[in-house]
Amino acid sequence: MYEQFKARAEGVSAEVFRFNTRMETVEFISGFLRREGISDVPGSYALWAESPFLDGIDRQALDKIGGLKFEVTRDLAAVARFGISQMNWAMADTGTLVQDSSAVEQRLVSSLTEIHIALISTGSILPDMPTLLTRLHPDQSAYIAMITGASRTADIERVLTIGVHGPSRLVIVFCDELEGAN
Amino acid sequence: METEFKESINKAVNNANLTGALGKFSEAYKVNRAKAYEGIDFEELRGRIAELKSYAAGHLEQLSEEFAKNAEARGAKVYRTSEPAQVREYILKVARENGVKTVVKSKSMATEEIHLNQYLEEAGIKVGETDLGEWIIQLAGQTPSHMVMPAIHMTKEEVSDLFSKEVNERLSSDIPRLVKVAREQLRPAFLEADMGISGGNIAVAETGSIVLMTNEGNARLVTSLPKIHIALVGIEKLVAKYSDVATILKALPRSATAQLLTSYVSIISGPSPNTDGSLKDLHIILMDNRRSEMAADPKFKQALQCIRCASCLNVCPVFRLVGGHVFGKIYTGGIGTILTAWFDELKKSDEIQGLCIQCGACKDVCPAKIDIPELIMEIRRRLVKDQGLPMIQKAIYAVVNNRKLFHGMLRAASLAGKPFTSGGFVRHLPLFLADLTDGRSLPAIAAEPFRDRFKKIKQPKCREKAAFYAGCLIDFAYPEMGESLVKILNKAGIEVIFPEDQTCCGAPARYNGAYEVAAGNAVDNIKALLAEDVRYVVSACPTCTVALDHEFISTFESLGQTEWIPQAKELAAKTIDFSTLVKKLVDEGRLTLKEGQQLGTITYHDSCHLKRTLKVSEQPRELLGKAGYQIKEMFECDTCCGMGGSYSMKLPEISGPILQRKLRNIRETGAATVAMDCPGCVMQIRGGFDQSGGDVKVRHTVELLAEQLKD
Ligand code: SF4
Ligand code: SF4
Repeated sequence: MYEQFKARAEGVSAEVFRFNTRMETVEFISGFLRREGISDVPGSYALWAESPFLDGIDRQALDKIGGLKFEVTRDLAAVARFGISQMNWAMADTGTLVQDSSAVEQRLVSSLTEIHIALISTGSILPDMPTLLTRLHPDQSAYIAMITGASRTADIERVLTIGVHGPSRLVIVFCDELEGAN
Repeated sequence: METEFKESINKAVNNANLTGALGKFSEAYKVNRAKAYEGIDFEELRGRIAELKSYAAGHLEQLSEEFAKNAEARGAKVYRTSEPAQVREYILKVARENGVKTVVKSKSMATEEIHLNQYLEEAGIKVGETDLGEWIIQLAGQTPSHMVMPAIHMTKEEVSDLFSKEVNERLSSDIPRLVKVAREQLRPAFLEADMGISGGNIAVAETGSIVLMTNEGNARLVTSLPKIHIALVGIEKLVAKYSDVATILKALPRSATAQLLTSYVSIISGPSPNTDGSLKDLHIILMDNRRSEMAADPKFKQALQCIRCASCLNVCPVFRLVGGHVFGKIYTGGIGTILTAWFDELKKSDEIQGLCIQCGACKDVCPAKIDIPELIMEIRRRLVKDQGLPMIQKAIYAVVNNRKLFHGMLRAASLAGKPFTSGGFVRHLPLFLADLTDGRSLPAIAAEPFRDRFKKIKQPKCREKAAFYAGCLIDFAYPEMGESLVKILNKAGIEVIFPEDQTCCGAPARYNGAYEVAAGNAVDNIKALLAEDVRYVVSACPTCTVALDHEFISTFESLGQTEWIPQAKELAAKTIDFSTLVKKLVDEGRLTLKEGQQLGTITYHDSCHLKRTLKVSEQPRELLGKAGYQIKEMFECDTCCGMGGSYSMKLPEISGPILQRKLRNIRETGAATVAMDCPGCVMQIRGGFDQSGGDVKVRHTVELLAEQLKD
């Protein structure tokens, strides 16, 4: 299912990566942020919304990255370039990520920023939406968010253009070692 | 038709930007849609959607109540009303109570239906559309031209002019740059807004949830940043079960934009926390505005199954020429005509209903399985019932309903040796068209109609008999087609009889809403065609075949006349179109075509009624192939030729360009001949080639096959 997910997600211009261990995943993310110019000035911050992934790692390496914050507020999100959050499920047949986004911070980092880095355990891939709806119910979540690729529009002359109100890049990072967050 | 309406049509068809953008889009759409549905059983899927939506339409009250109960249990405030005015007042009240100064909106047709923006603006509240297309037309002070792509009629240059004014800086027309400008301009609006207003794509009764879909991500911001969220939902968006969401979402994005899923889907079930830790003030308004009345109408109930994908617009040959503005302000295209008739008023649909040429393309792709052309016909019928027919049409139908008089007039016209266009009375006959040699010339009325020629044909005695229903065009304009048919059937051992009392099939009257007249024609024909016991009633005109096979029955049903229904059914059971019958005879070995012929390439035009109502498309192709023709398919082979009976008379400005497109597609195949199964299409397309030059031969399949019978 991973291969199907990857193909579908890349079909809607998401970037998909997969790592074995948490360690490798952290290394990739810090490298990515550095490469893309994270820094401790407004417009270049990265916000990492609360996620189970963070609990199981040694955060020291991350703390050294200037501009990476674990506190998510509306004001910070408005001037952050990167948002990092953990997803609950993925749907292979459409290349979609799914999150219980009841906590508004989860939405802020994935809607106001330019680059959204979405973490997910490889074991969380489901085949399709009917299966998803049996796993994630409104009783558990007041705000279920599904994300498929980057923000897009074709409203001007039908030309597909990426990055309108939401992120212009969606970077999906699978981690095999990560337990499903569910 | 009102001149104002005619002017809006003329303006649209002469707007190269509009027709260019819509035309290109509709061509790409068909291909992309097919790709998006690859591996999916569309018929099975739309069967499920129709079923679940039909259930919901039948239980609106119960589901509204259940929705309200469940959403309120989660902490949402639910307001139910049937009145648009009360919706507006409620929203204003919430705004006033909370000191709201600015509102951001994500796309919602229901708010457009009740003219909410204007109302709030007049009350001093600033309303900002955030969907890019909606924002563009808001800046331009226009109305949407398409349900899914509101600004499809505008060029990037026009957009850059608008944006330049907005940001006080001369912008280029580079699209990614323009999109970036929109992002930067709208960001502060999101962050400042006190209230967010959205629509709802689906409302789930079982869980009290609303589902919102966007590609741009604006609905996520509208529902996350302001402390108040009001969702305005028409009750036709209700579904019973949470699992229904997956069913609708499997079709909606594929049909709307040929995507597997829109970029963002949010399922909101009760309030969640705001950024300051307080709980969202979530209001959901369930609006009726005549929807339950519609649900109680046995004909129109199915229109509530609509999931607003707009694919019926995208495939409509008329819509792609005129765009949405001709249709009015909010709901556009075929389904828009129906919704306007209800949500606004029947009278408002008077002119726009006439735009539908009844080609059936929309019905084929509708994921909710709505018979849009049939409902438009029903609107016509009700309009005629309410307002009566125009005088001139009344006079025409008085003639058509009197076969002897009608046929006498046609004969008189033929004596004058004139084409259908001239002669004081003929010019106004519904099928035989008036002043439009524009782009097409019309055939002369045959000196000797088929009914006279028939008497001179010597037929062998056969055990089996078929009654031939000629229809007006073959009888009076193309008798040679009838002769070919007799020749073919005789070869297969079938004797053809021609019941003299047959008359017009009633389609012209029916398509103009004159159902009483159509019913009169139906009775006359039933009597004539059932008089002698025959195995088949065969016709070489798909419009007539559809009349005999379906419409006699449905005309009686619409009028509540039951007396003739059993006979109509008996006739329907015997009715068969020419190609299907001949294919059957060939398969049974009763008819053999010459073998080993190399007749060169040919292209085939699918007539609307044959392909989409009778579901016949392979039979004529196989027969022509067997006869030795090589078929080279044209682009959009099953797109309407623009004939549509009297349509080409009433709306030549639309029919003309549709025909030109067809002629171009035919020419581009390089085939020397184009075949088709409908004399109406022959008249339209042959006339088109006559006028524009080009030596493509236009033939009815019956003529081509008659030439290739094995002795
Ligand atoms: S039947 Fe044809 S012309 Fe009429 S609305 Fe449907 S697609 Fe358009
Ligand atoms: S009528 Fe059918 S095709 Fe048209 S918008 Fe509604 S669901 Fe889509």
